[in-house]
This record gives sequence, C-alpha cells and structure tokens, in this order.
Amino acid sequence: MHPAPSIIIFTVFSGLGFGLLTYLGFGKPDVSGFTAFVFFLIAYAMAVGGLIASTFHLGHPERALKAFTQWRSSWLSREGVLSVLALVIMGLYAIGVVFFDTRIAWLGILGGTLSLATVVATSMIYGQLKTVPRWNHWSTPILFVLYSLTGGAFFAGQVWLAKPLLLLLGIAQLLAWIFGDSLFRESGSTIETATGLGRIGKVRLFEGPHTGGNYLTREMIHIVGRKHAQKLRVIAIFALTIIPWIVLALLPFSHILAGIAAILHVIGALMARWLFFAQAEHTVGLYYGAR
Amino acid sequence: MTTLPQSTERKLGLVIDLDTCVGCHACVVSCKGWNTENYGAPLSDQDAYGGNPSGTFLNRVHSYEIQPEQGLAQTIHFPKSCLHCEDAPCVTVCPTGASYKRVEDGIVLVNESDCIGCGLCAWACPYGARELDQKEGVMKKCTLCVDRIYNNNLPEEDRVPACVRTCPAGARHFGDLGDPDSDVSRLVAERDGMDLMPEQGTKPVNKYLPPRPKDEEAIDVLAPFLEPVAEEPKGFLGWLDKTLEKL
Repeated sequence: MHPAPSIIIFTVFSGLGFGLLTYLGFGKPDVSGFTAFVFFLIAYAMAVGGLIASTFHLGHPERALKAFTQWRSSWLSREGVLSVLALVIMGLYAIGVVFFDTRIAWLGILGGTLSLATVVATSMIYGQLKTVPRWNHWSTPILFVLYSLTGGAFFAGQVWLAKPLLLLLGIAQLLAWIFGDSLFRESGSTIETATGLGRIGKVRLFEGPHTGGNYLTREMIHIVGRKHAQKLRVIAIFALTIIPWIVLALLPFSHILAGIAAILHVIGALMARWLFFAQAEHTVGLYYGAR
Repeated sequence: MTTLPQSTERKLGLVIDLDTCVGCHACVVSCKGWNTENYGAPLSDQDAYGGNPSGTFLNRVHSYEIQPEQGLAQTIHFPKSCLHCEDAPCVTVCPTGASYKRVEDGIVLVNESDCIGCGLCAWACPYGARELDQKEGVMKKCTLCVDRIYNNNLPEEDRVPACVRTCPAGARHFGDLGDPDSDVSRLVAERDGMDLMPEQGTKPVNKYLPPRPKDEEAIDVLAPFLEPVAEEPKGFLGWLDKTLEKL
C-alpha cells in the first residue's frame, strides 16, 4: 500500500495524542493548573493535528462532516464519532482540572476510555480489510493500542509504565513483522484464484491492461523502498524500543535524556508505520502480476 | 445507508466468456466513452498526450498466459470491472453512505455528491474495481450503465451496458443472475461459470465462463505437407556434414 505521509502522520500522532489523553483521563499524572494545561495542549495538538492531517488525502475534505453518519457499519465513521466524543469529554474534564482544580473522576475515566476506543477504531480501519492479509489480523488493534499506550506513557511522564511497555511493544512489533510476512500466502489468494484460471494451469500476467500506471497501481501496489525493509526494521526497532528502554531503565534519569528517548521513540514509530503501509500487499496486485 | 440489503429483488450483472474474448479492448473504450459523458463526473485523464499518461477507467482488460501441466501455453484475455458483489465490502466501509447497493436490482453505486474521496472503498475491494478520479476527487466505478438499461429514450437493443452492446465477439452477456431461468443463469450453469477470488467471501454477482478445454489432439490439415523432406542429409550434403563434424 502507498505509504502516504498524511496517513502516517495521522495514525502516529493521533495515536500518541489519544494515548496521552487516556493517561490524563485516568489521572496519571494527577496535575492541575498550568502544568495540566501544558499536558492537555500537547495531547490536543497531537490528536487534533493528526486528525487534520488525515483530511489532507481526501478528495473532498469540505464534505468531511458526512463521515459521522455511518457509524453502524463503518469503522472509519466510528473513528470519527469516537474521536469527537473523546475530545469533547476530555475538553470538559480539562476545564475542571486546569481552571477549577477539580478532577471529575468519572468524566476523566469516560474520556480516557473513549480516547483508547478511538485508537482501536483507527486500527480497525486497517484490521478489517480482508484485501490486505497483513493487516487483517487480531494483532493489528493490539499493536496500535500498544503504540498509543507506550508513547502516551512517555509523554505523560509515567516512566515506571513506559519501561515494561517499551519491551512489550518491541516484542509485539517483532512478532507482528515475523508472522505478518507469511499472512498473504496463508490467505490463499493467488493469481490463480484471482483469475479463476488455476483450473487450467499456472497463470502469469502476459500483458497489462495499459502501459502506464493507474490509481490502483499507485495506491495499492507500492514496491519502491521495500528492498531496504529489513534494514529499516532493525533501525526502527532500535529507535522505537531498545534505545529508549536503555535510556529509561539503565541510565541515571534526566529530563534531557528522557526527552531525547521520547523523540527517538516517535521517529521509530514513524518508521514502523511507514513499513506498516509500504510492506502491506493488496490482493489487487495479483491482477497486475505484482504485489 | 452503507449497510447491505439482506437480499435484492434482482441480481443484475455480467457474464464474461473468457473462451470468446479476443482482447480487443472495445469494451474498455465504449465504457469510457459512455460513462465520461453521462452518469456522474467525467472520467478524467492526466497527462493524456504526455510521457506518463494515466486515467480513470471502469473496465480494463488484462491478458494472462496459462501454462498447463502438459501441452502448450494459452493466452486468455481477461476483462475486469465491478462484480456487484452480494457481500460488497466496499459498501460497508464507506463512512458517509455514498456507497450503496440497490435493493431493486443489486447494482452497487456511488452517490458522488456524498463521496469525500477517502479511498477506503477502493482499498476494501479485492478486485481493483474502484478508481478515485484524480480531477474530481470522487470514487468512480462501473454503474452497470444504470443510465442505459432503464432508459426508454434509447432503442430497446441499446438498453444494455455499453460494454455488452459493443463487444464484437459476443463475449459479454447482461441479465438477471438472481433468476435461475434467465439466459445468463443458464449460461453460467451450462459452462460452469465461476467466481473470482471466492476465498474473499464477497459473493460476486458477475460470473466468468472458463475457457473451453482444448482438443486433446490437434488436428492440423496442413502440417503433413510441411513435414521436413530429408531429416538426414544425403549425397554431397551428407559428405559435407560428416566432414565438417570431423573437423
């Protein structure tokens, strides 16, 4: 799949923002006044910034409001509805915490839960697609939630939680990569089933429908950059989990080092998300003799 | 609403005969011609006369080579457009309700004034039947020429999809696949019509008729006349051959 920058920025930063909002909703850290304001500002900047980035790839962003109507059937619509609910409720909760030094616990827990539910809905936009076997797996929502909670723990300053989560995320991501590599094969879709011609013999594309590219080949058959995938995986996993974990768990704590670790973690997350898209293969590629 | 109907009154669709298709791409051209000037936004082209032409098409013809375990390879021309699936995954993923499947005839359509151009339906389609028009920013797909098949202003013989009307080989058939007695349903039953990627669970309405098996032994009336006259060279050529071998 084409790794569009708008989608990578959207999923990574809205995930981080809603992860941070989850912690704030549950009162971790239990802050108030100006400190709380800064925490909420960072969370909203990432969550809302991510959501705005997601509208950049739309053909008609001015009609985006219509996307709130189909929550009964569409995960994309559910994500929109949940994100607005989470942002509104966390906003009300933030007003209490920032300006009145009152923490309405049930409101925070509700907002925090909705924030995490938004991340699940985001992951299911991809997880629901049978056409992309690498994504169509229960590990997709788990990974997205782990990304969100780990990054959120970083930004919420919950170092005690960030340390085990970093290890968990690293292991989960490695397993998802290793087992994800064979999911397309296991899905059973081949050029033979795609054309129905497997009953005669072995099928190969003899001639494409046209000499140039088209929307489908550009959007869903992204081969460029895959050759460095293994190297990128190694770099991503070091930036995402190993180096930040060493900084937090083994080195003496300092805010500057923790800040660098957080930035590295976000860079690692961006790289891993790029791979999430670039390495995902769509069944339509079978018709074009490529994946 | 982007929930799918439980059932549709009719299942209008196409039956495509892979045995007959000659790969002329006339259906591609007539489809683009009709649909660029009728229902919905035109089908735009980008850089049409430049070095990297590209455009929106609702129907494309691929060509495949099939190598059987024994015998010679075959070339099969393979037209592909929307299959108007009963369990259309493109419909249920739509966040705005722009994509829908009609209860009366099962045609899958896009309401272009509701489409935000997010592209998720194209991702959800295993067959590559949907293309986002790069100029209009809305999703385009085969409408089964909904503006022809019910159009009383057209002569009766033209009230079929443009691709069916134009096919010079008669490889495309249009009808109600929900009616077991319809011509198309009987064709599917006789010729062992098949679904594309059945493992995706989309239950396509459109069916493909597989190529008929080749004759076991090729009967060729001319080949005997073209048999080599002398397998082994004799006389002067034979001597030359032997001498050259020895060198």
